[in-house]
Amino acid sequence: MSFARLLTLLAVLVALLFLVSLVTGVAAAGPGESLRALVFGDGGPLTLVMREIRLPRALLAVMVGVSLGLSGAAMQGLLRNPLAEPGLIGVSASAALGAVLALQTGFAAAFTLALPFSALAGALAGVLLILLLAGRSGGALALILAGVALSALAAAMTSLVLNLSPNPFAANEIVFWMMGSLADRSFAHVWIALPIMAAGWLALARTGRGLEALTLGEDAAAAMGTDLRRLRLLVVTGVAASVGAATAVAGAVGFVGLVVPHLLRGAVGGRPSRLLPAAALGGAALVLAADIGVRVILPGRDLKLGVLMALVGAPVFLHLIWRMRGQT
Amino acid sequence: MSLLTLDRLSLSRSSTPVLREISLTIAPGECVGLLGPNGAGKSTLMRAALGLVQASGQSSLARLRPAERAAQVAWLPQAREIAWPVSVAHLVSLGAMARGRAEDHPSVAAAIARMGLEPFRNRVATALSGGEQARVLLARALAQDTPLLMADEPVAGLDPAQQIRSMRVLRALADEGRGVVVSLHDLGLAARHCTRLLVLHQGALVADGTPEAVLTPELLAGVFDIIAHRADTPEGPSFQPLATVSE
Repeated sequence: MSFARLLTLLAVLVALLFLVSLVTGVAAAGPGESLRALVFGDGGPLTLVMREIRLPRALLAVMVGVSLGLSGAAMQGLLRNPLAEPGLIGVSASAALGAVLALQTGFAAAFTLALPFSALAGALAGVLLILLLAGRSGGALALILAGVALSALAAAMTSLVLNLSPNPFAANEIVFWMMGSLADRSFAHVWIALPIMAAGWLALARTGRGLEALTLGEDAAAAMGTDLRRLRLLVVTGVAASVGAATAVAGAVGFVGLVVPHLLRGAVGGRPSRLLPAAALGGAALVLAADIGVRVILPGRDLKLGVLMALVGAPVFLHLIWRMRGQT
Repeated sequence: MSLLTLDRLSLSRSSTPVLREISLTIAPGECVGLLGPNGAGKSTLMRAALGLVQASGQSSLARLRPAERAAQVAWLPQAREIAWPVSVAHLVSLGAMARGRAEDHPSVAAAIARMGLEPFRNRVATALSGGEQARVLLARALAQDTPLLMADEPVAGLDPAQQIRSMRVLRALADEGRGVVVSLHDLGLAARHCTRLLVLHQGALVADGTPEAVLTPELLAGVFDIIAHRADTPEGPSFQPLATVSE
């Protein structure tokens, strides 16, 4: 299949799932009626549901999916490892810690967007720490080790907050938030996340050439005119911005960044630069599909997006390891 | 005009000297064999000359900006890394891409033809044997189409026929007016295919000249610690190491 055809196919898939996502929900209304209410707006309750609840939800699913898929492809390209994922540099864990602290202290209730802002602050602190630890000399190994250390630290702090939480309701809220979800989000969430994510996407979109050269290893890539330090900085900041913002609005959604690049690698002939747009679209499709899934499988039970994703993702991960077993 | 000029290039790792004040120039038309026992500093010398590791002294290549350097020299590292299952044709085209050229630039097809890789064009590079991968990676460096090529043990692990073919390709590049620096361990291959040999010993350049002048029994004993049988054939000299000098 040609590359253009693959991208078209994925784009059509995303568009279809977007429409399905728009017409999926508890409000009893037919698909045609819902879409008419969305586009023409009769001022009735259905228009309100479509414009204020379902549209931002579907948009966020696309944004979060693009961020995770693109980041996963870039991280795997940079580290030349199919097991790398966006969470590896510890940004998701530190964003989660920021959100957890906000929930625990009650700051999350201070104003509408206090929670995502706190998560973004956590992500920013995380990426600064990563750049401090692995930015200067930084080979791939230094980056991985710093990321693992930061993730462990942030996870430990999160556990500490839960451990010492005097308020069972806050603890409950924290646990649910960490499962990841797109339910009950508004356009406010879209507008806070979009500029940061877009900046991250732009940074990652500029890494294609360098990632192609990295196919041949760091030494060869450097001699082929790739500025490795700049490439590493682009990937780390791009992943941090897009995944930090994604975590801030959706909580921790795992596996997308790992599974999507893996599934699409064969279709793009293994080429890291082509994997970037393909994984972005693939990520959007997967998150849209999963977010439709949580509403269809257990309607009214608030099945969490991150939980469903992990249930789907873990077997794919096992399959990946199974296939790699014979290759060493 | 020289393709590479080194002026007192030195490098130490944890106060152990790895390179000691190495000065040399490489001119167009030279196929330079870089010899020396394991740990003599061959790879480090090439990487320092390219500016991939920090060294004191001057290297004309290390001064260049990355994109300029990629137009001047192609580098084939010793580690044969192919991270992703890309096609052979695409992998070779990465050489053209390093020059900002299109994927179907004529240099790509020429490199594939030169290394006899047409039957492998559409194969997945990671699925090839080690020796085939080595040829694909050399073709990638050829596709970069630079005045100078530096290759770190490009023939290690190849079968004898492919070793000879690869060395012929490198020599042909030199005969076309490019420069080649190639590190290798096979003294006979070096003597037959290179126009000039450099010998490194404990980080110092201890010999520099024609194969005839460099590969003396004294040097083989002093630097390589071997006694070798030399046979002169119509194809050129052959060296068969027979015994070590020390225990």
